[in-house]
Amino acid sequence: MIVRLPSLLDRYTGGEREHEVPGETVAEGLAALEARFPGIRFRVVDEQDRIRPHIKVYVGQESIRDLDHPVASEAVQIVGALSGG
Amino acid sequence: MGMALLIGTRKGAFLLRPSQGREGWALSRPHHFGSTVHHCVLDPRDGRTLLASVRTGHLGPTIYRSQDEGQTWSEAGRPPAFAKVEDAAQQRAVHHAFWLTPGHASRPGHWYCGTSPHGLFESHDGGASWDSVVGFTDNPDLQVWSEGSGGTPDGAKTHSILVDPRDAQHLYLGLSGGGICESRDGGATWAPLNKGVAMDFAPPGDHEYGHDPHCVVLHPQDPDRLYHQNHCGVYRLQRPDTTWTRIGDNLPRETGDVGFPIVVHPRAVDTLWVWPMDGTDVWPRTAPGGRPAAFRSRDGGQTWERQDAGLPQSAWFTVKRQCLATDQGDPLGLYVGTSSGEVFASLDEGASWSSIARHLPHVYSVEVAEFA
Repeated sequence: MIVRLPSLLDRYTGGEREHEVPGETVAEGLAALEARFPGIRFRVVDEQDRIRPHIKVYVGQESIRDLDHPVASEAVQIVGALSGG
Repeated sequence: MGMALLIGTRKGAFLLRPSQGREGWALSRPHHFGSTVHHCVLDPRDGRTLLASVRTGHLGPTIYRSQDEGQTWSEAGRPPAFAKVEDAAQQRAVHHAFWLTPGHASRPGHWYCGTSPHGLFESHDGGASWDSVVGFTDNPDLQVWSEGSGGTPDGAKTHSILVDPRDAQHLYLGLSGGGICESRDGGATWAPLNKGVAMDFAPPGDHEYGHDPHCVVLHPQDPDRLYHQNHCGVYRLQRPDTTWTRIGDNLPRETGDVGFPIVVHPRAVDTLWVWPMDGTDVWPRTAPGGRPAAFRSRDGGQTWERQDAGLPQSAWFTVKRQCLATDQGDPLGLYVGTSSGEVFASLDEGASWSSIARHLPHVYSVEVAEFA
């Protein structure tokens, strides 16, 4: 799958925002990202395996909260929600 | 090498170093720029390991460590995190790592971290990985003690983690909206220690727990002497006694004895400072009357003197619980950080103050570091 990342995670990836990783679910994609960039998963998902409140994950056009959501040919996009200040 | 102030702010950490014999001060670039740094602490045991508790609005909390005075940082491989549980009603996630305390002198590399929501974690490897102190974090009494803490702005905080310099197993800590508790077995079991402390936000009567300590300190030369600034007053306790004495009633009535921080003189058991704030009406938490001042006592809180020379005569900032610090100098230096992004210093034990940094983000913490 293709995973697109926000600038928030540049410090883990060296600024590379698009990654092709193996997996058939969001969880598997995140696990593959974690293997490549240690520490990145915990910044997106908390210790209860919940997507953090101010992070949104899209599979194609669909906003999802379930890490077991299947991924076929759609791109996965992780974004920072409109929050902060 | 040498001395630096470690300034944690809402938008990053800064190192502030004296120059020209402390006539001037040099501010570093921001570290972890854009992230909130709740606490930045140097390990006094090696003068080298620097930990910072870091959180951004989006990404959740972590701990960074540096061995080169902040030139480079590495993230903890396993930051503080609660145990995973299946019952959704019992699931907790660390919102921010709030407080860092180096462990006992006999245990190099051992650190404690207090979190929001309430949790106590420890590291045995200089902050690289963290585990829950389960005797506290998973203590079934914790929810009972802190039942009222839901109202703490920005979340309930485990703070003021104190290690008895005579006994690594003897710990105190403060829970916002929970009270002070004590462990004599390294954190395996805990007991409340709040007798004598007012709890104006609860029905009248004695309460064993649920109090709201803001900052608790233990005197390094007499670890049986504790002081604490509470939501409801300033207190002293001489162990083995278990009943706190309210010493804030001796502050001027118009000033009151509400505040966040409290510090002791490291060489004088009876000398301490508080920084009162306005706890009247709707609790503005700024200086009473808009006139910021430290108050010093040299007799264990029986009498107090106002120390405001050099401070603004009219200002409306707040000084948080981690924002008042001392060095080891003689005379003693005091440093205070404000919500308006300014740092004031007094190099004469509070007699006079001057601004040493301004236009910073909201200051969350000030610590003194002596780099080896």
